[in-house]
Amino acid sequence: MVPFNVLVLACLAYVAFLFLVAFAVERAAAQGRARWLRAPLVYTLSLSVYCTAWTFYGAVGYAARSGLEFATIYLGPTLIFVGWWWILRKLVRIGRAQRVTSIADLISARYGKSNMLGVIVTILALCATTPYIALQLQSIALSFGVFTAGTPAGWTVPDADTTALWVAVGLALFTILFGTRHLDANEQHPGVVTAIAVEAVVKLVALLAVGVFVVWAVAGGPGDIIARIEAAPRPEWAIEPGRWAGLTFLAAVAIICLPRMFQVTVVENVDERHLATASWAFPLYLFLMSLFVMPIAVVGLEVMPEGSNPDLFVLTLPLAFDQGALAMLAFLGGFSAATSMVIIAAIALATMLSNHIVMPLWLALARRRGGGSGDMRHVVLRARRLSIIVMIVLGYIYYSFTGGTAALAAIGLIAFVGVAQFLPALIGGIFWRAATRVGAAAGLGLGFAIWLYALFLPSFGAGVMIPDAVMTQGPFGIGWLRPQALFGVEGMDPLLHALFWSLVFNTSAFLIGSLVSFPTPVERVQGAQFVNVFDMSGGTQGWGRSVGEAEDLLVTAQRVLGAEAAQSFFQQAAADQGKDGFLPDTTPDFIERLERRLAGSVGAATAHAMVAQIVGSSVVTTEDLMAVADETAQIMEYSSQLEAKSEELARTARQLREVNHKLTELSEQKDAFLSQISHELRTPMTSIRAFSEILRDAGGLPAEDQHKYATIIHDETIRLTRLLDDLLDLSVLESGRVRLQAEEDNLSRLIERALGAANSTAPERDFVIHRDPPEEDIALHTDSGRLTQVFINIIANARKYCDAAEPELWIKPRVRDGRVEVDFVDNGTGIPQKQESLIFEKFSRLTDQARAGGAGLGLAICREIMLNLGGDIAYLPGQGGAAFRVSFPREMPAQTPDSDDVEAQEATGAVSAS
Amino acid sequence: MSKHALLIEDEPNIIEAIRFILSRDGWRVSTHDTGADAAEVIARTDPDIVILDVMLPGRSGYEILDELRADAATRDLPVLMLTAKGQERDRRLAERAGASRFMTKPFSNSEVLAAMREMVGP
Repeated sequence: MVPFNVLVLACLAYVAFLFLVAFAVERAAAQGRARWLRAPLVYTLSLSVYCTAWTFYGAVGYAARSGLEFATIYLGPTLIFVGWWWILRKLVRIGRAQRVTSIADLISARYGKSNMLGVIVTILALCATTPYIALQLQSIALSFGVFTAGTPAGWTVPDADTTALWVAVGLALFTILFGTRHLDANEQHPGVVTAIAVEAVVKLVALLAVGVFVVWAVAGGPGDIIARIEAAPRPEWAIEPGRWAGLTFLAAVAIICLPRMFQVTVVENVDERHLATASWAFPLYLFLMSLFVMPIAVVGLEVMPEGSNPDLFVLTLPLAFDQGALAMLAFLGGFSAATSMVIIAAIALATMLSNHIVMPLWLALARRRGGGSGDMRHVVLRARRLSIIVMIVLGYIYYSFTGGTAALAAIGLIAFVGVAQFLPALIGGIFWRAATRVGAAAGLGLGFAIWLYALFLPSFGAGVMIPDAVMTQGPFGIGWLRPQALFGVEGMDPLLHALFWSLVFNTSAFLIGSLVSFPTPVERVQGAQFVNVFDMSGGTQGWGRSVGEAEDLLVTAQRVLGAEAAQSFFQQAAADQGKDGFLPDTTPDFIERLERRLAGSVGAATAHAMVAQIVGSSVVTTEDLMAVADETAQIMEYSSQLEAKSEELARTARQLREVNHKLTELSEQKDAFLSQISHELRTPMTSIRAFSEILRDAGGLPAEDQHKYATIIHDETIRLTRLLDDLLDLSVLESGRVRLQAEEDNLSRLIERALGAANSTAPERDFVIHRDPPEEDIALHTDSGRLTQVFINIIANARKYCDAAEPELWIKPRVRDGRVEVDFVDNGTGIPQKQESLIFEKFSRLTDQARAGGAGLGLAICREIMLNLGGDIAYLPGQGGAAFRVSFPREMPAQTPDSDDVEAQEATGAVSAS
Repeated sequence: MSKHALLIEDEPNIIEAIRFILSRDGWRVSTHDTGADAAEVIARTDPDIVILDVMLPGRSGYEILDELRADAATRDLPVLMLTAKGQERDRRLAERAGASRFMTKPFSNSEVLAAMREMVGP
């Protein structure tokens, strides 16, 4: 037997150890050395706050009463963590992005930072948590009672109530010390979390130790246990599928909605990836916790005397076998389970109470007093401490009031149903953008009311809160309003009954309320941010054109965050804007960041109200809405896609137009070309036909005329032939398929040959040619035949068109950068300026063709030849006469006709004018 | 008294051919070889018929015809248009401009003569 004082001493020593752990961790965290604390293992262990004294002691009792049904309490969370952890991931992401401080804060922030919702959630959470805290106090008191039962007379042993009171005081002290040490921007408490993790290990080890003792020391090993379980058939152990499903669902909901679970899962989360580890490690923990529940229950039922409380088998079994140390360990395990729950629940609830009830009240009062001053952190911390005391006192009062009346498990499940009311607003809020504040408030309110009426109030016992008559006949004798048989549904398990109706009405009201109401702009923005938290990288632009004074904001921020933190925050913001000092421009972005930072301390609604007080308005501009609201974003996305599409279409249309234009132009050019060809062919043919008909039909022509007409016919056929030759030549040149033959030659010889050949043109004219033989002595490697053709053409043109009375032609060659330039300048009137650009086009004959005697293809051919030789031909204006410059490389480039070029030329064909 | 035909054409060989044909047929033929002052020449020489080439240096046959038709004195003057551009489009242009007759080069000497006789009348 363990003496009571030893027990108390052990308890105190254990608590002192936890203090030490928490204290050390807090210090390490403050110095930034708590890296190892950010391990996923600590996170996973802290989640075990789910396993309270109810699960530690109560699960065995539950198993003793209802068989395997206790497993549902572990099954629900396991399902969530294994299969549905993406919901948790989304919550964690939102929580971190929005600096959410509690589940009330999350719901309030989601629905337009509505404090009304924050208050509803807080009150509901308070109602659901208070009995739960009472339950923990009761379990500790009961476990103390187990030890004191055997205490020798003479010892003044405190009764259960006194024990509970002292425990409550101790817990309040611990929670205040580590839960409200400072106002953290992230509302995280590394010290507490680590202490909770340590406690998690203790309760697991304790339960496993008792289990191992029971299986191997009391019973004869696993086989014996299984035999005993099978040998203990109890009718109430039968599995009821409806209850199983309902309880599993309830436990699954609880792991999401319980305020303390939200606190450890979301608020205290330091790294989203930890969730991945927890997704398998936490179910494993739950499995280990539940492993020995059934054996302990079965053995307890067999071994312990009739009427023993099965809820305490974990303690009483070791004691019955005189295993004091083991019982001590079990006691510490249960103590750990109870205290960890109370501490976290108190912190979570205190945050809610202070942020959603105390602070708004205080702010309203301060405003009435004409603006508060001083360090608001003290106010917040005081509010938190007060809230913690209130929570624990409420728990104690509840315990004293109902103490020992109900089975432990029942209270736990009642609380579960209570927090399950958060589910529609919470899940709807993070997955459904159309969910509104009205819907959330209606759903929460209705669900809360039904829970109170159908489950919570009746749980105090018949006739305590609700008169017997109402329970049996309904209020005012309305039968279908009986608390445990709503709408005439009778014979249903009261718990499932309440769960079913509360959630049906809650969800319906939430859906209908959301559908019939219209979200405010802030709700829209927040809704988009929550639902699309994975897509949204930037923050909201909740603040429109602000007129807020940076200084006022700094004052407020200092009051909430503390001078140092606020100043460094402002300084950083100013630096980000490229400013010196502590006062950044009050851009919407900055105000948004500040508000979120403040929200980390006092919650979204309060922070919003505080900032609004200074900035004046929280107008969400249309532009802001457009930028963040997803539906608008989607529309914008579509519209920009459409724009891109239409731009693309416009581009294509433009290209098509261009191509069409080009084709039309080509077609026109082709028409014009054909028309020209036709003209050029028909003209000589006209003469040929006319004179041949004359020769044929007109008899008695003088021989002289006959000869003359025959000569005309002859000349015209030559003209036709030449025309065809030119056309073919041009076609070959233009297509780039001309075969050029480079050979060594000298410019002087080329000019010589050209002059000789051109002499036949207008031989009657006497031309003075000015040459510069030394300059002409240029060695060439090019297709000299083609080059000579160009020279001939130019000289012949000069001979034909130079209108000077005493025509002269200057031929001036020079070499420049490996290129040869030969200028041909005559002393005629030259070519009118406006026609200079036309002379190289096909069929461009400037004067009447009578004197030209050609089809106007000469210069076009010249240009094509020069291009083929890698050179060019150009008209030189302002030389005192017609002047052409032929330029070409001394070394003809290797003939590698660009395939594209050939294709392009083939495509445009010989009709191309360029 | 022989009828007076004015030939406006710039191709010397064709001028010579037409002059020969018409002269042998009893026409009095005068010629002009630029487009720019053709209308002026027509007004001055007051021919019974004009043979008008389309492609003329200075001014096109259509433009000259337009001017003739716009002037009351030459509105009904028979004009035989000759063109070396044998496309349908050219024929339509000539009709719209008010040509009395349209013939493409190369032409048959006898057809030209027949047409002219028909246009001027006995």
